[in-house]
Amino acid sequence: MFKIVEKCTLAPGVHQYEVEAPLVAKGARPGNFVVVRTSETGERIPLTIAGHNRETGTITLVVQEVGKSTMEMGMLEVGDYFKDVAGPLGQATRIEKVGTVVAVAGGIGVAPVLPQIRAHKAIGNHVISIVGARTRDLLVLRDEVEKFSDEVIWATDDGSLGYHGFVSGALEELIGSGQKIDEVIAIGPVRMMQAVADVTRKHNIPTTVSLNAIMVDGTGMCGCCRVTVDGEVKFSCVDGPEFDGHKVDFDELVSRQGFFRDKEQIARERFEADRGGCKCHAK
Amino acid sequence: MSRKIVDRTEMPKQSPEARRTNFSEVALGLDPELARREAERCIQCKTRPCTTGCPVEVDIPEFVALIAEGKYDEAAAKIKEKNSLPAICGRVCPQESQCESLCTLGRKYEPVAIGALERFAADWASKRAVEKREACAGDVDSDLQCGCEQKVCELDSRGCAPTSDSAASAARVAVIGTGPAGLTCAADLALKGYKVDMFESLHDTGGVLRYGIPEFRLPKSIVDEEVEYVRSLGVRIFTNVVVGLTLDLREMLESGQYQAAFIATGAGLPYFLGIPGENLNGVYSANEFLTRVNLMKAYMFPQYDTPVNIGSKVAVVGAGNVAMDSARTSLRLGAEEVKIVYRRSRAEMPARLEEIENAEEEGVEMMLLANPVRIISDGCGKVSGMECIRMELGEPDASGRRRPVPVEGSEFILDVDTVIVAVGQGPNPLLTERTKGLELNRKGNIEVRDECGATSIPGVWAGGDIVTGAATVISAMGAGKRAARGIDEWIRSRF
Repeated sequence: MFKIVEKCTLAPGVHQYEVEAPLVAKGARPGNFVVVRTSETGERIPLTIAGHNRETGTITLVVQEVGKSTMEMGMLEVGDYFKDVAGPLGQATRIEKVGTVVAVAGGIGVAPVLPQIRAHKAIGNHVISIVGARTRDLLVLRDEVEKFSDEVIWATDDGSLGYHGFVSGALEELIGSGQKIDEVIAIGPVRMMQAVADVTRKHNIPTTVSLNAIMVDGTGMCGCCRVTVDGEVKFSCVDGPEFDGHKVDFDELVSRQGFFRDKEQIARERFEADRGGCKCHAK
Repeated sequence: MSRKIVDRTEMPKQSPEARRTNFSEVALGLDPELARREAERCIQCKTRPCTTGCPVEVDIPEFVALIAEGKYDEAAAKIKEKNSLPAICGRVCPQESQCESLCTLGRKYEPVAIGALERFAADWASKRAVEKREACAGDVDSDLQCGCEQKVCELDSRGCAPTSDSAASAARVAVIGTGPAGLTCAADLALKGYKVDMFESLHDTGGVLRYGIPEFRLPKSIVDEEVEYVRSLGVRIFTNVVVGLTLDLREMLESGQYQAAFIATGAGLPYFLGIPGENLNGVYSANEFLTRVNLMKAYMFPQYDTPVNIGSKVAVVGAGNVAMDSARTSLRLGAEEVKIVYRRSRAEMPARLEEIENAEEEGVEMMLLANPVRIISDGCGKVSGMECIRMELGEPDASGRRRPVPVEGSEFILDVDTVIVAVGQGPNPLLTERTKGLELNRKGNIEVRDECGATSIPGVWAGGDIVTGAATVISAMGAGKRAARGIDEWIRSRF
């Protein structure tokens, strides 16, 4: 059992937790993830580690409520427990001194991008962050992003803050302005990462993306998370989750992510009905 | 010869019609009367060939004689002297190619049903232990209840109470993996007096017994009971610990926390076919399919959250026990047609005969001498068919089996919407690649230096599928047993 020692709600349906998991905290590096289970009947859900503290033995997790399992997580409060937390899993991010790194994040992709921003800054790279969301209120962890980036470009789909449009557009504009960029990292929804990779491909800028394929065990045992990278089959959980964004078959990934959509909907509807309607944001 | 000796007692089973719609255990076990009748068939021959066929050296004639005398508890205790997981072995061991294949009676008649008798004795003892526990649980005094739990433990381990000696009790051993090899090794070490900690990467124990073998062949309550027994010997089990990532094996040893370790991480890396279309929705590795259903209990969705999609027409590629399990699970999930697609002929099928028969009785079709060439998409990323090619058998290959050769121009399309790939598993590299100095073979299996499983790292043993490649539960248990012996000797010689 893994105790929640802190919780804050960053935006409607987006929660940040500090969870006691000393062994995970000890070994965690940027890019790693954990597999989390909420209850005895729960799914195994992969979540990228958004931060870790070796002194307190805690890790930071950010969860967006999208299906039954994440809604159930949303109901956990300080003092409650995650039933299982296993990790740190996956390959760590390769952090090298390259010059200027642009970190592009969409939605809650900003949470997993934070440890990378920090690591790039620590090693001496100039870090420009481009963070986008649908609207201003959904831009989370703004202070942290400001703190660890040299420059920040905010983007909103509705123009309520910063660049009016997608992060890929903001990146295109940045490149167009003549900014020299040595490396791009992109974390967020698949189509966003694909759009970013399409932009950087034209300019030949190395780009790493972090894939959120469906997983079961997260340790290479089942192959559910297989993705095609440069024509080869890779397992996101052990070979990734980060890959060369110019070589990932994003369309296949999107298709595979949708395989259980009907079942996910059944689970979510049942869950909401059991609670007498959607009360996830009642608190 | 009397009729009594000639007729082997067959274990009652659920009818094929009934069982293909449920996940309850197929084979129902012997009752005391049937068990005694079968045990009396044993002629107690002097040569005892059956015992040499048992990888964990169970005293078979002795326990069979005890059943014949009606001493069922004693029979169970006799088995447990050598085998810590008898209820599991009684169900999933390939007795027909081990103990029973050597039975003296089998030369002229049918061999004694040793597996069925082992299962009977184990189930008998475990039922009695549960009854005792429940009888005490009714008691209001909680201290008394604790006292009783203690007694149950003593009863379980009768005849093999932990011995205490200083070398053993001072040493702590790490066992990595809670599958059959790990559980056996841990139990044997605990019985020798060692402190044992087990580490499991998943959230639950049992390894392949839990995620691989379906409920209808090995009920998970049985796995729970056997794991509980190992815990009752003082073994601590830590789940959610991926040794290699969460902990580093060399650090665990070098820090002095553990004096020795046993690696039993199994064959946890699914092989795929490497043909076009394999990433389409509707294609599963058998590992994924079975893990969803068995470990995550997707067959009880939505009571359990993990989903599994099954189409109406399923092809399972491969013909081992895992393939049979996948095919029979597909039927139970509601598939209408399930085919095993295998490139060789019936004679080469690696599955146990009993499992092939069970599958066929339930309606699984065998499509032999056929090999998948590509999986076809419906245009929306989902499987709509599988192109296969006919095969014929040529000259024997390295494995001694006749090599399947494609028949040119014989391609055909199989109308399926789900494909389960059950063509074997390799060694999972998470631990092995991150443990410096651990020698591996070309396939990535751990190299061992003696029959006890000593590895290239002093103080580290390995056994089970991580050494041999995917094999049987009982051979993994045998490796666990031998490793416990090796570890014991090594620690005694050093500490």
